[in-house]
Amino acid sequence: MTPDDRKHYWRSNLRLMAVLLTIWALVGLGAGTLFVDALNNVNIGNVPLGFWMGQQGSIFTFVALIGVYVWRMEKLDESYGIDEERDIAQGVSKSGEAH
Amino acid sequence: MGTLGWTLVWVIITFGLYIGIAIRSRAKDTSDYYVAGGGVPAIANGAAVAADWMSAASFISMAGLVSFMGYGGSVYLMGWTGGYVLLALLLAPYLRKFGKYTVPDFVGDRYSDGARIVAVIAAIFVSLTYVAGQMRGVGVVFSRFLEVSVTIGVIIGMAVVLFYAVLGGMKGITWTQVAQYSVLIVAYLIPAVAIAANLTGNPIPHLSFGEILGELDGIQEDLGFAAYSAEFATFSRMNLFLITATLMFGTAGLPHVIVRFYTTRTVKEARRSAFFALFLIAILYTTAPAIGIFAKYNIIDTINGQPVEEVQSIDWVEGWSNADLLTLEDKNADGIISYTPDAETNEMIVDRDIMVLANPEIAGLPTIVVGLVAAGGLAAALSTASGLLLVISSSIAHDLGYKLVWKEATESQRLLMGRVAMAGAIMVAGYFGINPPGFVGEVVALAFGLAAASFFPILTLGIFWKRANAAGAMAGMTVGLSFAAFYMYMVIWGGMEPWFGIDKAGIGIIAALLNGIVMVAVSLMTAPPSEELQELVEGVRYPGSYTAEVRETLAN
Repeated sequence: MTPDDRKHYWRSNLRLMAVLLTIWALVGLGAGTLFVDALNNVNIGNVPLGFWMGQQGSIFTFVALIGVYVWRMEKLDESYGIDEERDIAQGVSKSGEAH
Repeated sequence: MGTLGWTLVWVIITFGLYIGIAIRSRAKDTSDYYVAGGGVPAIANGAAVAADWMSAASFISMAGLVSFMGYGGSVYLMGWTGGYVLLALLLAPYLRKFGKYTVPDFVGDRYSDGARIVAVIAAIFVSLTYVAGQMRGVGVVFSRFLEVSVTIGVIIGMAVVLFYAVLGGMKGITWTQVAQYSVLIVAYLIPAVAIAANLTGNPIPHLSFGEILGELDGIQEDLGFAAYSAEFATFSRMNLFLITATLMFGTAGLPHVIVRFYTTRTVKEARRSAFFALFLIAILYTTAPAIGIFAKYNIIDTINGQPVEEVQSIDWVEGWSNADLLTLEDKNADGIISYTPDAETNEMIVDRDIMVLANPEIAGLPTIVVGLVAAGGLAAALSTASGLLLVISSSIAHDLGYKLVWKEATESQRLLMGRVAMAGAIMVAGYFGINPPGFVGEVVALAFGLAAASFFPILTLGIFWKRANAAGAMAGMTVGLSFAAFYMYMVIWGGMEPWFGIDKAGIGIIAALLNGIVMVAVSLMTAPPSEELQELVEGVRYPGSYTAEVRETLAN
C-alpha cells in the first residue's frame, strides 16, 4: 500500500466504526437504560418493548453490528488488495508473527 | 438411575473427553504454549472465547441474578455482550496484528517497561479475583450433585485443569474449551426448551417467555413485590446506564479475553472469531432471561402458599436445604409457606445461585437432564478457570520472568517457566476456592470496574492516537485505577455515602473517562513517542504485510 492508500484505508475504517459505534451506543446505552420507560409504552407481542430491548433486542443488535463490521472490513481489505493468506504463503509475513 | 448416578456418568464422560483432548494437543514450544501456535481457526477460536468468557457466573448465577433483579438484571445481559462490540471494533484486529503473547506485552512495547509492570499487576489482580470464584463454583456443583465435600470437589477440579493446562498450555486449553462450550450450551438449552414447552406449549424459550411474563408481573404485585418487568425497581435510570457502560468497557479490558485474539492465524480470522464468539455467547445470554422468568414463576408456584410438610418432602427442596442454599421457615406457624418482600415475615429464602442448577428439578425433568446441567456448570467453571490461569502464569513467567528478569532464558527454559508458573497459579486458585476470602463475591463484580478504569483507555488510545506516550499511560492508569479503587473501598468498607447516588459497580466508567482525560493531558505536555513507536502503531493499523518487522525481513 502507498502512503495515500493507507490514509484512505484508515479513513474508511474509522468512518465504518463511527457509524456502528453510534448505533451501538443508541441501542446498548440508550434503548435499554435511558429510554427504557418510554419504550415500555409500546408492546411487541406480549412483552413491553423497553424490557425486550434490554433482555433480548440489544444482544441481537450487537451480534449484527459485529457481523456488518466483519463483512465491510473484508470488502475493504479486498479492494486494497490485502490478502494475508497470500502473504503467509509467500513467506513475507505471518501477520505479526509471534516470535 | 438417580441424579447422583447420572451426574457421575456425565462428569466421567466429559472429564474423559477433556483429558483425551489434552493428550492430543501437547504444547511443543512457547508459541504453542502461550498462543496455541497462532493457528486456531476462527470458529474454533470463537467457541473458545465463548467458553473462556462464560464462567460459573454466567452459567450458574446469571439467570438467577436476572430472576431476582427483574429488569435490573439487564445490566449484565447488555453489559457483558455489548463489550464485545468494543472488543471487535477497537481492539481485536489491532492486537492480533501486533501479535505477541500477552496484554502487558502490548503495553510494554507501546509504552514502557514501567507501564508493563503496572499492567502485569492489574492483570494478575483481576484474574485472581475471578478465578477464585470459578473454583468455588466447581466445589458447589460437586458438593450438591456428587455429595462430596466442597474441598474434594475443588481438588478434583484442580487436578483436571492441572493436567490439561500444564501439558497443553494455550493449545490444550483452546481445544478443551471448544469441547466445553459444546457441553455447556447443550446443558443450558435442553432444560430451557423442555420447561418452555411444559409451561407454554412453545418450545422456543425466546418466544414463549412473553406468555409467562404478564402472569409473573401479576403474581409478584399480588405478593407485594414490584412487577418483574418494572424498569427502575433495582437500579435508578442513571445507575442502569453507568453499570451497563462499566460492564461493557470492562469486558473489553479483560486480559483473558483479549489474549484469545492472539491465537488466530490472521487479522481477518481475529475479526471473524469476535463475531463467532458473540454469536455463540448470545445463544446463552438470550436464553438466560427466559430461564429467569420460568424459574421465578415455577419456584413461587411450587412453594408459596403450600403446606410446609408437603413442600419439605420434595426431593430437590431437601437437597438444596441440606446444602444451605434454600431456607424455609414457617415463621407465623400457620402451616403454610408465604413468600413476602418483608424480611420479618418472609418464609422462603432462595440463594439466587441455585436457580439454573435447580431449574430442571423444579420443573420435574428426568434425572439424566439434571446430571447434564451439573456437567455443564463444571464445563463453564473449568473453561474460564483455565483461561484465567493462563493469563496469570504468562504474566508471571513471560512478562516478569522472561521480559524483565531472565532475559537470556532459552526456549525450553521459557516453556518450563510457563509450566511451573501455571502449576503454582492452580495451587493458589485452589486455595482460594477452598477458603474463599469473604470479599470475593463483591470483588468479582468490581473487577470489571477496575479493568475499565485501567486497561481500556490505554489500549484504545495506544492504537488510535499515535501521540499517546508512556508518561500519559502511566499517569492515566494510576489515576483511573486509584480513583475506582478508592471509591469502591470507601463505599463498601469506609462507610462513605455514594456520590450522587452512583452505585459502586457503576464507578468504573467514570474512572475510565478520568483515565483518558489525564492520559491525553499528560501526553500532550510531554515529548511525543519515538519514530519507531509511531511506526509500530502505524503497522498495527493495516492487516497484511506492512510492518516494520516485515521490511526488516525483506531487507535481510
